[in-house]
Amino acid sequence: MSPREDATRERLHDALRERHEEIADRWVRLQLEQTDAVDLDEGQLRTEAGQLLAALTDGLSGETPVRHLFASHRDLRACVMELSLHRARAGASPTDTSLAVLCLKEALLEAMQYTTRDTAELFAAAVLINRLLDTAGALSFETYVEGREEIIRRQSRQLLEVSTPVVRLWRHVLAVPLIGTLDTARTQVVMESVLQAIQEHEAQVAIIDITGVPAVDTAVAQHLMHTVNAVRLMGADCVISGIRPPIAQTIAQLGIDLSTILTKATLADALAAAVRITDEPMPGADAHLTAAAR
Amino acid sequence: MNAPRPSAVPILRLGDVLVTGLLNELDDTSALTFTDELTERIVADGARGVLIDVSRLDLIDSFVARTLTELATMARLLGARVIVAGMRPAVAITLVELGLQLKGVETALNAEQGMHALGWQQTARSPRGDAYDALR
Amino acid sequence: MTLYDEAFARGARHADAPLRPVGLDVAPDGAQTHAVMSEQDLLTVRHAVRSATVAAGFALVDQTRIVTAASELARNAYVHGGGGSLTIEVLGHGARGGVRLTVRDNGPGIPDLDKALTDGWTTGTGLGHGLGGARRLMHEFGVDTTVGEGTTVTAVRWNNR
Repeated sequence: MSPREDATRERLHDALRERHEEIADRWVRLQLEQTDAVDLDEGQLRTEAGQLLAALTDGLSGETPVRHLFASHRDLRACVMELSLHRARAGASPTDTSLAVLCLKEALLEAMQYTTRDTAELFAAAVLINRLLDTAGALSFETYVEGREEIIRRQSRQLLEVSTPVVRLWRHVLAVPLIGTLDTARTQVVMESVLQAIQEHEAQVAIIDITGVPAVDTAVAQHLMHTVNAVRLMGADCVISGIRPPIAQTIAQLGIDLSTILTKATLADALAAAVRITDEPMPGADAHLTAAAR
Repeated sequence: MNAPRPSAVPILRLGDVLVTGLLNELDDTSALTFTDELTERIVADGARGVLIDVSRLDLIDSFVARTLTELATMARLLGARVIVAGMRPAVAITLVELGLQLKGVETALNAEQGMHALGWQQTARSPRGDAYDALR
Repeated sequence: MTLYDEAFARGARHADAPLRPVGLDVAPDGAQTHAVMSEQDLLTVRHAVRSATVAAGFALVDQTRIVTAASELARNAYVHGGGGSLTIEVLGHGARGGVRLTVRDNGPGIPDLDKALTDGWTTGTGLGHGLGGARRLMHEFGVDTTVGEGTTVTAVRWNNR
C-alpha cells in the first residue's frame, strides 16, 4: 500500500468518525431520492446506515486492503447482504438495490470535501472510495439474485405441495387427484406424499386419479410404475383411475406395460374397488367401527 | 455351517409364526448367520409363517434386499410364508429407484397387519381397540 | 477406460460448485476419507455419509438415496476391489448444496464397464445392481477404471433437483 493511499484511508476513517451522522443522513436521503418504486421505511434505512457505517469505520481501522474490505470484513459483509436481501424481499429492482449501495460513494465523497480542498487529495479519495464500494455493489447484486432465487425456489416448492393434495377418501383409502402436467419433480413429490400419507393413515389402498392429466409419456408412466411399486413395498396397494381414451391409446402405442397395475375408468369405480379390497377382514376392524360409532 | 452360531437377531415364536426384526447395525456376516438360523428354525418349529419387521431399517441396499428375497424363496420351499412388514416410505422409494422390487416377497404396512395376513388372530378381548381410541 | 455419465455435462450448469478432477481432496466445506477394509467399515461409512447429508441440508428421502448409493459403492470396493476408501465432500449447504462421494479401490478393475452398469451383472454378492443402481440414485456419476490397477467411482447428488 502506498503512503498516499494510507494517508487517504486515514482521512476517510477520520471523516467517517467525525461526520458519522451527516454521512448516514445524506446516504439515506440519496437512497430515498433514487428509489421511487418501492416504499422504503426511513427508520429501517437509518438503522441500516448506522450499522453499515459503524462496521465500515471499524474495517478501515484494520489492515485489510480496501478492495477486499467489503468481501472479507464479517460485519460489513453481513450489513450489505442483509440490506440487499431486505430489498429483494421487498420487491425492489436489482438496479435500485445496487444503486442504494453505490450512492454511499457520493455521501462519502461529499464528507471528504470538508476535510480537504486539495484536488490531488480529493482525487485519491475518489479512487479509494470507488475501489471500496465497487466490491460492495457486486456483493449486493449477488446477494440480491440469491435472495430472489431463494424466493422462487420456495414458491415453486409450495406450488408443488399445493398442487398434489393427498385426501383421505374412506377408511384406509387415500386419493391423489392429479391435475396438470406431470414432470419428474412433481411426480417425486406425489410419490413422497402418497407414501408418507399411507404410513400416517395406515392406508391399505392409494388411488391415483389422473383425470386431470393432459398427457402421459414414457417418463410419466415410468414414474407411476415406481410409485405403485413403492406403495406395494410398504404393504399397501395402488389403483390408478381416470385414464381417458387418448391416454389409453398413447399407453398402448408406447408399449408401456401397466398390466400389473389395477386401473379403473373413474374415481368412483376406483373407490368401489378400493373399498372392496379393504373390506376384507382387517386387524381390529371391528374395534375401528366401534370407535367410529361412539 | 451345520451348527450355526446364534445370530444377533432374536427370533420369537408365536403359535406357528416366527417373528423377527432387522436392525441397521446388522453386518453381512450376521445377516448370513441370521438367514441360516431362521431357515433352521422354520424346520425345527414347523413354522407356517415368518414375519420380518423392517420398520427400524433406515436403508435397504441390494445386499439386504437379496437377503430378504432369498429368505422368502427358501422359506417358501420349506412351506412357510414370509411377510416383510413396516418398510419406511424413504426406504421404499430408494429401493424402487435402485431397481429392486423384492420379487416374491409379500409386504404389510406394519407388524400387526402382517401377523393378521399370516392368520394369527387376535384374542376376543381386543386391546388394540382401546389403544386406538386412546390415541384419538 | 473412462466413462462419464451424460449427467456430468449437465453438472456444468452449477458454476458455483465446479467438478474438480478426481484426486483433489480439498473441498469447500472439507472432505473426510474413510477406509473400507472390513464389514464394520461398511457400517461406519453409512453413518458418516448420513451425517454429511444432514449437514448439507438434504431431506430424508434424499439422505436415504445417498446413503444407499454409498453403501452399494463401498460394498463394491470391499467385495470386488479387495478394500479401498470412501471420501465424502459436502459441496455447500441448503438449496444449492450437494454431496460428492468418491470411492477408490486398487482391485482388478472392471474389464467391461458398460456391462457392469447393466442390471443383473455381478461377480460377487448382491443382486448386480450395485453400480447401475447407485448411478440411478445420484445426479452425476463417473467411473474411472483400469484393469489390474483399480477403480474410482465419483458420484454427486444436488439438493435442488
